Amino acid sequence: MLLLQQLVNSLMLGSVYVTVAVAFTLTIGVLNFLNFTIPTLFMLAGMVGWAVAYWGLPFGLSGPLPWPIALAVGIALAILASLVVERFTFRYLKTKYGDSTEHAIPLVSSLGFLLIIENLVRIAYGTDAQRFPGPSADLTLNIGGVFVRVPQLMSLVVVLAIVVGLTWLLKKSALGRGLRAIAENPDAANILGVDIHRIVPVVFMLTGLLCGLAGALFAVNYGEVSPLMGEDIGTKAIAGMVVGGLGSIWGAVLGGLIVGLTETMTINFFGADTVQVAVWGLLLFTLFIRPQGLFGHHAIGKGKL
Amino acid sequence: MSGYWAGILSLLAINIVFAYGIFLPVATGQLNLGGAGFYAIGAYSAAYLSFQYDMPLVVTVAAGFVLAGVIGFLIAFPILRTRGVYLVLATFAFAEVVGGLILNSETLGGAMGLPVPTYVDYEVPIAAAVIVTLIVFYIMSTRFGLVMRAVHDDEVVSDLMGVNIRGVQVTAFAIGAAFAGLAGVLYAHTYTYVEIQGFNALMSIYVLLYVLLGGTQTAWGPLAGAAFFTLLPEVFRAVVPAANAFIASLIGYEGVVSPPDASWRFVILGVFTVLMMVFRPEGMITRTMIERLRLRRAPDSASREATV
Repeated sequence: MLLLQQLVNSLMLGSVYVTVAVAFTLTIGVLNFLNFTIPTLFMLAGMVGWAVAYWGLPFGLSGPLPWPIALAVGIALAILASLVVERFTFRYLKTKYGDSTEHAIPLVSSLGFLLIIENLVRIAYGTDAQRFPGPSADLTLNIGGVFVRVPQLMSLVVVLAIVVGLTWLLKKSALGRGLRAIAENPDAANILGVDIHRIVPVVFMLTGLLCGLAGALFAVNYGEVSPLMGEDIGTKAIAGMVVGGLGSIWGAVLGGLIVGLTETMTINFFGADTVQVAVWGLLLFTLFIRPQGLFGHHAIGKGKL
Repeated sequence: MSGYWAGILSLLAINIVFAYGIFLPVATGQLNLGGAGFYAIGAYSAAYLSFQYDMPLVVTVAAGFVLAGVIGFLIAFPILRTRGVYLVLATFAFAEVVGGLILNSETLGGAMGLPVPTYVDYEVPIAAAVIVTLIVFYIMSTRFGLVMRAVHDDEVVSDLMGVNIRGVQVTAFAIGAAFAGLAGVLYAHTYTYVEIQGFNALMSIYVLLYVLLGGTQTAWGPLAGAAFFTLLPEVFRAVVPAANAFIASLIGYEGVVSPPDASWRFVILGVFTVLMMVFRPEGMITRTMIERLRLRRAPDSASREATV
């Protein structure tokens, strides 16, 4: 029974990782771009959501707002920030001279944005963790002796809906066809009439939306936000994405859940301090044994776009 | 010399050594986001030897240098099998694992950190930085440096020309790791305390940014990048409050203007990074720039223009 409870806990923990991992895998699968701003977008949504719920909109536009509206503002800001990132990273993907590290240019720009957003949030709100005035996180259901917290169950359902929706979007819609064409061969897609400059921002909007939702779910689940919350989640989501395979959405889902499971089980058997070693060891092990991950395509993430 | 400037000089020297450690793998086209890992290995080996066995400086420097180099050499084989984004993630993961292992190690003090009894003043880091700089300049001028350049510019062609790409990459990675370890040793002796929480992912990111923004084509790049971004905050510390007070007086505000938070300098580093990648992705100092500064056209650029 204890083991079952741990499994349920890891599933819940994994669901936040899954959302962020899907955001990572989407940009890397379609654009071959490891977007390091993703953890900060996650943090931005949570922190801005908290600030709006606590202080209200800036410039005296409104007083403190109820938490669902506040989180919506946070998510909207994350989407906006993601579009700004697109403007300054992906549009400048190609160098004039050709260079074996040129695929690193958007990656490095995204590291720059990581520093900008994270430190701006620190300047605005300080470095302390803040209590999020959301619904009580203690609401629990007892299903045959296994305790399930309601906000976590909610977030699991939301995450599943997002992933199924995203799979449908990529498989069936015209947008998804365009995205897959870009992933396959950007130049050919461009020649065949896929408007890259209209479709690529959509990927970034989706990224911002996913990160914002993940941040909102985190805030509601844990009842606490901090400027540091992105780092831990981001690194674990990266681990999940690599384990599942770069560019595969269902791989990211499975990888996120595996990382959640690894974390819960490590805490259960070895204590909380060894989580970092276990999760990153899992990532290194995966890279050495099966570099493309469980579901990954071996070509993604290797070379130039 | 005041303690303030001595501290800045030490920090500058350490950053230069560290930047060269990351530069060498990057100069062969291997983006290394695991700098903090090798830095921590160097710092902790020095701290441990100094604290537990009271070893002299020469021994700790040699030990940190060699240990980081050997670990870099061993880890290079599996890590350099991966490429592109996978390599970035693998090096990143390596640093996290090192951090996690040290955090869980009783002998290394865990989260408490270790004190370092031996203190060195700024002369030792400066001397080390000068020596490392000269070594890297020498390496880049040898045949091996030329091969590194070739591998960086085009792996496939270098392979076809008979270059042992893996050998070059592993060697560069291992020497780089040793230098990063040396930087860690210097850090440990300068600040006389090591704490693993400081050697985090952000540190790897900063030093990689120093190198990339400085430019990876020549050995001048890391020097310029590390110097620029170490000294910039000090300049800002002096200039920004004055500018703030000036603007405040313009709008008629009298009173104390608080100096900028340390966070601002990282915002500025971030803005620099984004703008550099947009306008000058090869970094501040490029090969053509050096050639122009020497007031001569490179012999090959003339022939290249003739054929094009």
